[in-house]
Amino acid sequence: MVPEVLAGLSDPIIMGILLGGLYILIALGLSLVFGVMRLINVAHGDLVILGTYFAFFGMTGEILGHRLTIFGIDPILSLVIGIPLLFAIGFAIQKFLMSRAVQISMEAPLIIAFGISLIIQNICQRLWTPYSRGLTTSYALKSFSVGVFHIPLVYLLDFICALIVMVILREFLRRTYLGKAINAASQDRRAAQLMGINTDRVYAFAFAIAMATAAIAGVFLGLTFPFTPTSGVSFLIIAFGVIIIGGLGSVLGTFLGGLILGLAQTLGGHVLNELGLPGAATGQYLFLYVMVLVVLGVRPQGIFGR
Amino acid sequence: MREETLLKVSNLDTFYGGFQALWNVSLEVKPKEIVALIGANGSGKSTLLDTISGLIQSNKGSIEFEGKSITNLDPFQIVTLGISQVPEGRRIFPDLSVLDNLILGSYNRKARLKREQNLKMVYELFPILEERKNQLAKTLSGGEQQMLALGRGLMSDPKLMLLDEMSLGLAPIVINNVYKALKKIVERGITILFVEQNVRRSLEEAERAYIMEAGRVVLSGDVADLREEEKVKKAYFGI
Repeated sequence: MVPEVLAGLSDPIIMGILLGGLYILIALGLSLVFGVMRLINVAHGDLVILGTYFAFFGMTGEILGHRLTIFGIDPILSLVIGIPLLFAIGFAIQKFLMSRAVQISMEAPLIIAFGISLIIQNICQRLWTPYSRGLTTSYALKSFSVGVFHIPLVYLLDFICALIVMVILREFLRRTYLGKAINAASQDRRAAQLMGINTDRVYAFAFAIAMATAAIAGVFLGLTFPFTPTSGVSFLIIAFGVIIIGGLGSVLGTFLGGLILGLAQTLGGHVLNELGLPGAATGQYLFLYVMVLVVLGVRPQGIFGR
Repeated sequence: MREETLLKVSNLDTFYGGFQALWNVSLEVKPKEIVALIGANGSGKSTLLDTISGLIQSNKGSIEFEGKSITNLDPFQIVTLGISQVPEGRRIFPDLSVLDNLILGSYNRKARLKREQNLKMVYELFPILEERKNQLAKTLSGGEQQMLALGRGLMSDPKLMLLDEMSLGLAPIVINNVYKALKKIVERGITILFVEQNVRRSLEEAERAYIMEAGRVVLSGDVADLREEEKVKKAYFGI
């Protein structure tokens, strides 16, 4: 039985890595907000889905049961508007809601984020119905073969996009003045204030950047998986898993965490298939969650955690 | 017309962590002076500096800088007006380079325009910082970190610098170097208000001093006069 299980591992491994790319993309925003502001944004998954629905609207023109025929924009292209839109929403959330919530109590930001989560889910449900949707573009179903490997195109796009966004984010934080200020404010807020850095504004920019990555993640999520207004929660949990494994606040950790989870999921699904066990489609997620629990038990601070 | 007083704190009550930390504190600093703020741990010195810098907002009374009230301003606005604090324990950004630490010091809009100029001045004052400019700040020695903290404070183009316990954890030779650098800073026309636990040292370096105890100013005046005061003589031996 063992040789049969090992055979054809190449597909799940490749898929796991590429899927990991999507998980990295989703988790980056969550990781950034926590790393800079020590804020656990439980609305992150829903904000990603909001980005997905926005791309959906741009693609189909469907809203409130009507179909506006003037649209038909490719989801990736719609990011030209989607990114600034979510950037602005993120800026507003931090500047007007979170900055005030933090002064009330430690729990207040979590409660506010939870509220935002509910609001977004309900808005999406109202505007676009609770039914399962997909960003079904012409290329969403394409796949190609490289030698022995059989790769769906979107999975490859997920991974490439994750790499690009990660590199851009890291370089931004390291090389630009605002990026360094964000870095400084996250290392020592008080000292940053004494430098004349307006930490309120810097935090707002950090949140906004996190939301910009969420917009991108939303598009690629919608291209990869079907989604509903409540999908945000499942992806929030996965994003949490990614940064728990990788260590909070580390971009490299997020990268490895995403890969590990993607691999856990696909390899787990593969094992289930090979063993002839039913329910591999949902069962594969079990391996993902178990992996998170294992890491929490063995090394709770994650690979690169502080 | 030049203002007589650069910084004027009047009847300041400050509340911190749920209780009153400062009681009716009044203090003045004139342009180009070196003023010391002396007192034991917990006497309120750092609280006073933090209140002036805008880090503590719950207070009654007034703080005026160049004749204008700064009591309700945000910390970054106060830095822009010309008050720079070098905090206790230096608090440089450990994972950023020396150069990054310095240029972040000039983040406020006014200071950005003079960044290159001020950077040159800081390198002249502290050549070791130029030598180590690409090293991570956490790799510097204690004395070098203090120079970095001072340099960073200078980058915000201040008129008044608040220095909180500069000699903490530093060897005597290093402390001497730091105070030598301080003299050069004053020569460039920057006013200094510094907090120092070492009474003897403070009276050597300052022109005037305020002595604090349990959140109040108990004594103040020219250093020459203070040396004669009984309380200060006790402090000599006591602290």
